[in-house]
Amino acid sequence: MRKQLRPPLVEKQVGQLKVGDIVGITGKIVTARDKAYARAIELLRSGKRLPLDLRGGVVYHCGPLSRKTKEGWQVLSAGPTTSARLNSMQAEFVGRTGVRALIGKGGVGEDVAGELARLGCVYLAFTGGAGVLAARAIKGVQKVLWQDLGATEALWVFRVQDFGPLVVAVDAWGNNLYTRKIQAGGGHL
Amino acid sequence: MLSEAEFRGTVVEMLQWAATTLPKDVVDALKRCKRREREYVAILQFECMLKNLELAKRLGAPICQDTGIPIFFMELGTGLKLDFDPIAALKRAVKEATLAIPLRANIVDPISRVNTKTNVGEGMPAVHLELVRGKRLRIDLLLKGAGAENWSRLYMLRPSDGEAIERAVLLTVGEAGGQPCPPTIVGVGVGGSAEVACMLAKKALLRPLDRPNKDRRLARLELRLTRAANGLDIGPMGLGGKTTVLGVHVEKAACHTASLPVAIDLQCWAARRASAELVGNRMRVEVP
Repeated sequence: MRKQLRPPLVEKQVGQLKVGDIVGITGKIVTARDKAYARAIELLRSGKRLPLDLRGGVVYHCGPLSRKTKEGWQVLSAGPTTSARLNSMQAEFVGRTGVRALIGKGGVGEDVAGELARLGCVYLAFTGGAGVLAARAIKGVQKVLWQDLGATEALWVFRVQDFGPLVVAVDAWGNNLYTRKIQAGGGHL
Repeated sequence: MLSEAEFRGTVVEMLQWAATTLPKDVVDALKRCKRREREYVAILQFECMLKNLELAKRLGAPICQDTGIPIFFMELGTGLKLDFDPIAALKRAVKEATLAIPLRANIVDPISRVNTKTNVGEGMPAVHLELVRGKRLRIDLLLKGAGAENWSRLYMLRPSDGEAIERAVLLTVGEAGGQPCPPTIVGVGVGGSAEVACMLAKKALLRPLDRPNKDRRLARLELRLTRAANGLDIGPMGLGGKTTVLGVHVEKAACHTASLPVAIDLQCWAARRASAELVGNRMRVEVP
């Protein structure tokens, strides 16, 4: 089995990860996207607490497709959303919450990648569109917070097993798989 | 006569098919592109895509949690008699499908951002109606996720600029990077007016990847753009590699002598589409 990260993560563990490494996550991950980011920042700015502790945690950029059954939530498809939408809030969110790993797709802005390295947070890429593959690794929904934001934008707390494969795409050393590749390429007509 | 229930049932079936299964031409293209890759990370992206497609098909679950917004193109024969409003029926079908499949409720009011929870809202789903002669009724459906749709672009270019179209396409694909879930299908609408170009770009996404452009000049342009885009080294999911696009589809319309509208519409690798056509009194869903 690929290397497993088991949150909460400490700085040393995160520092050992290098761009291009393939990992899985076992344990707890929490989804957050546009509206949850904005609310979390607003709460923390005004000195209030979040309904859960995210220090050392893993945040997944995802708005899952789920169905409520008698036995509880059934997650049908839960791939990553575009992380770049959160660029303007990313560094502050990670700085204030103490999150150690983000999971998403498409990468973060170049300046954000630098900030993440400074904060000791890695960015892990999950294949966009692979919603059923992701859902299969979700073994349970522990809780759903901030449901007033709507099911897509709420905070979903998932218990996952070998969630991945995840590609370390931005490491805590400032390496960025996305920009390096693009700079190394170049189009030819 | 075609009944409203039959029509609605067909549309639900189309949405179900599109959300859970990719057309064969797209799957074949993904498999072909995977063989071309040399870097492990790029190959891994294709492996995940293909494995996910198998799981989705087997479980009848939506390929991607972003089941997108449904875009309908409807050809309606002026000689066809219907005792129901087909656009209202389409909307009802989308509501039904949202609960039954289920689809993720994506539609919100653009100002208040309040979700309608039905995937139906003011002016949505998009229904592009084309009147044709005879008794024809055909529906083509695209499911567009936001990751790809957000990179749609309209350029009003200078007609005298020789390579303006190529540059506009490559600029968009390059700037989008990994965000629209590459490898994408790039729809390009050239000419017409601002809104006609946008429409052509979107409609270009309906054409299967294995069907070449009938216009030989456009076919050559498509090939050139495909090669150039794949040379950008954006790669599957933006993580580097030889495949940035599955194909480029260009459609054109005549335009003003002083204008050159160019619209670009990207579709993610999960290029979900479905079609249905009226045969006798029954709608037949085509399995592409």
